[in-house]
Amino acid sequence: MPLVALEGVGKSFGDNRVLTDIDLTVESGEVVVVIGPSGSGKSTLCRCVNRLETIDTGRILFEDKPLPAEGRELARMRSRVGMVFQSFNLFAHRTVLDNLTIGPMKVLGQKRPQAEARARELLDRVGIADKADRLPRQLSGGQQQRAAIARALAMDPVLMLFDEPTSALDPEMISEVLDVMRSLASTGMTMIVVTHEMGFARSAADRVAFMADGRILEISPPDTFFDAPESERARDFLARILRH
Amino acid sequence: MLGTALATMRVSPVPPLRWLGTAYVETVRNTPLTVVFFFVVFVLPQVDVVFSYFTFAVVALSIYHAALVCEAVRSGVNGVDAGQAEAARALGLTFSQCLRLIVLPQAVRNVIQPLGSVISALIRNSSIAAAFGVQELTGVVQRLTTANPDSVIAVLLGGVVGYLILTLALAGLLTLTERRLAGAR
Ligand SMILES: Nc1ncnc2c1ncn2[C@@H]1O[C@H](COP(=O)(O)OP(=O)(O)OP(=O)(O)O)[C@@H](O)[C@H]1O
Ligand SMILES: [Mg+2]
Repeated sequence: MPLVALEGVGKSFGDNRVLTDIDLTVESGEVVVVIGPSGSGKSTLCRCVNRLETIDTGRILFEDKPLPAEGRELARMRSRVGMVFQSFNLFAHRTVLDNLTIGPMKVLGQKRPQAEARARELLDRVGIADKADRLPRQLSGGQQQRAAIARALAMDPVLMLFDEPTSALDPEMISEVLDVMRSLASTGMTMIVVTHEMGFARSAADRVAFMADGRILEISPPDTFFDAPESERARDFLARILRH
Repeated sequence: MLGTALATMRVSPVPPLRWLGTAYVETVRNTPLTVVFFFVVFVLPQVDVVFSYFTFAVVALSIYHAALVCEAVRSGVNGVDAGQAEAARALGLTFSQCLRLIVLPQAVRNVIQPLGSVISALIRNSSIAAAFGVQELTGVVQRLTTANPDSVIAVLLGGVVGYLILTLALAGLLTLTERRLAGAR
């Protein structure tokens, strides 16, 4: 059974049709990279999976069950799905360590010593063990994003969602974040990644989904997609992006 | 307290609560304080709710200022980046945890200034309330000859002094809090 399945998903913001007839299944352990032009609905798709956005039509199954309505059930589901945002969204009034322990303690009911030990282990894994007691604003963008990934991992998620995790970063910090994501992928984490980093898509993705105008136009292994894209839109998109 | 509760209602995901909060704030904000006073002092006794004039003054001022506090808290909450609440929800925190642990602590910083002005309005309004109470109420009371006007004045003046002590203490507390937060920044 797939970990996540979207079936005929549609969504509008008012008159603006943002997602149309989206079918997508993600198997456990799979890395799916979503690419496409700006405004094609990639972020919205990503945010629908943990119900930060609600959908109008179709359904989304997580572990074979429809996403619960707002409430404790949904909170429990979200606690098993990590999310990494373009703008990091670390809790600004809490230290990096507190950012990592708040979820495990308040949602999973862990005791502080256990949560802190795990948090320090994760900070070490993403290479910022020495920043545990700093506030988020005292870190560089790349360090903040690595802390945000560690915060998500502290919940021991079965799925990780990334919405353009490197788009707000200076070029020299992009690779340090992509390296963390690549090593996460190699440990078998299930990931849905929205990104403009074609190098990452090629090297880390099991499948690439190409979106335009709220639809998934094609979905295929990265080699197939990059070397022989089927749709005209994908060829245009790749030509434009690779020229840069 | 009432103000924060109202602000919570106004940002809650439950529409009826949000409407109720909004209706309350809009109604009260667009009603002159004197009308609120009339309501409390003259209408409540009609439905057998009878307190001292001092209590009535407190009730009227509370009803009125809760709306102002609500607006101050709400604007403070809206000043917190929406990404903070999203990240909290994405972790699996419930709505109340999200508000209590993430949003309100950050809103406090934005709220201190506007709250200060609500409090100074409260100080001014208590003196207006006293004047209102003294003139109108003594008139009514004398006409009805049911009480000794001198004691009414005493009660209301006592109320004003009490308010002043209370609000000045609060203002001092706020200044301290503000300084501490500024230090923590
Ligand atoms: N909260 C919202 N309210 C109204 N419209 C929205 C909202 N969020 C997104 N949209 C609209 O939905 C469409 C798709 O947006 P989305 O952010 O999903 O695109 P995207 O593919 O992630 O683009 P980008 O690469 O620029 O991030 C856009 O037209 C956008 O204006
Ligand atoms: Mg986007």
